[in-house]
Amino acid sequence: MNEPLWEVFVRPRRGLSHTHVGSLHAPDARMALRHARDLYTRRQEGVSIWVVPASEITASSPDEKDSFFDPAGDKIYRHPTFYELPEGVEHL
Amino acid sequence: MHLTGKFCNTEGVDTPAVKGADGLLGEVERAEAALRAAADRAGAGSFEAVIEADQKIEPRDVMPEDYRKGLIRQIAQHAHSEIIGMQPEGNWITRAPSLRRKAILLAKVQDEAGHGLYLYAAAETLGVTREELTEALLSGRQKYSSIFNYPTLTWADMGAIGWLVDGAAIVNQVPLCRCSYGPYARAMIRICKEESFHQRQGYQSLYVLANGSPEQRRMAQDAVNRWWYPSLAMFGPPDSESTHSAQSMAWKIKRFSNDELRQRFVDMCVPQADILGLTLPDPDLKWNEQRGHYDFTPPDFDELMRVVKGDGPCNRQRMAHRRRAHDEGAWVREAAAAYAAKGKTA
Repeated sequence: MNEPLWEVFVRPRRGLSHTHVGSLHAPDARMALRHARDLYTRRQEGVSIWVVPASEITASSPDEKDSFFDPAGDKIYRHPTFYELPEGVEHL
Repeated sequence: MHLTGKFCNTEGVDTPAVKGADGLLGEVERAEAALRAAADRAGAGSFEAVIEADQKIEPRDVMPEDYRKGLIRQIAQHAHSEIIGMQPEGNWITRAPSLRRKAILLAKVQDEAGHGLYLYAAAETLGVTREELTEALLSGRQKYSSIFNYPTLTWADMGAIGWLVDGAAIVNQVPLCRCSYGPYARAMIRICKEESFHQRQGYQSLYVLANGSPEQRRMAQDAVNRWWYPSLAMFGPPDSESTHSAQSMAWKIKRFSNDELRQRFVDMCVPQADILGLTLPDPDLKWNEQRGHYDFTPPDFDELMRVVKGDGPCNRQRMAHRRRAHDEGAWVREAAAAYAAKGKTA
């Protein structure tokens, strides 16, 4: 019997975003949440859990990672460090 | 091009660090820092370049077929060991001497189930299914660590297992936190952090017995006598006979040889045994000034091979129990699947 795969995201503390912590198999969302609690927060590692069916995740392909992320490669002017400032200028 | 895929991996990030971590736990922390540092270095490209630069291979990267297969074999064997490893200790949960010890033992066995599941998830990122892995264990096609084919005869065995068996497992596993395969390395970081509680509770439990009544002391010594050599055998055959080592080293799956890790374990245990006031059952155990290590009697590797091949004291019992538990749980899985299907149509 093939139970679907779920990806688990945990918010470690208030003020932090949910982070991917791992995955598990479960028949439905409610069971996935229960299993996620038992599997990934046995030591109070989280205050909130998301479970997402792995089949619902669309991912970029590692084969084309160069061409896919290339457009950002030559736009160093998007970083503040690109700009040289005149001596003495403050609060900028 | 695969648009959807499996990413399952287990991160050690944000698990609480133990204060004053040093020794092996410090090594885990450093491996975790190295993992982050590797991620920060510029992308390397080919499989060989990534390995060379000490970066991590991730699930959908191109990798040699032997790397993939070897990792599946190793991670699966490790996962099966965690699952079967629940039995020797599960045996004592209902007979723990106090509620405190019972709660601790229960938490430890629950962790082992968790470790098995982290590892199965890591193996699945390499393209094997959970059903295939379960089948491989139940049919006996894949093995689990031979240590779990020894019986747990007295309560003191819970202490000796925590101290020696989990101790040997940690020595084996800490270097795996730096394994070149990302999901395995991340799972190992998390496992090692949790595992150090296992070892400490065992040592502490044994310490209490060793300082208790003469009967308790005898029981503690007897447990150490029985678990010492099987624990030494956990590091596998001697380097001269180890079959997978060289390639594993080149691919940075394995970082140290079986004999190196065994020696490290012995060197750690001798002073710990002194503090317990217990004797390690090896009359030839002695400090070698020249080598800077303890000399010791190696375990009986013929016995190890016999147990691996299925002829240990508990092999049949362990497998029969696992198959029975799997079969008896079938109705739960079926009911949960039926309920899930009902939810979809409603």
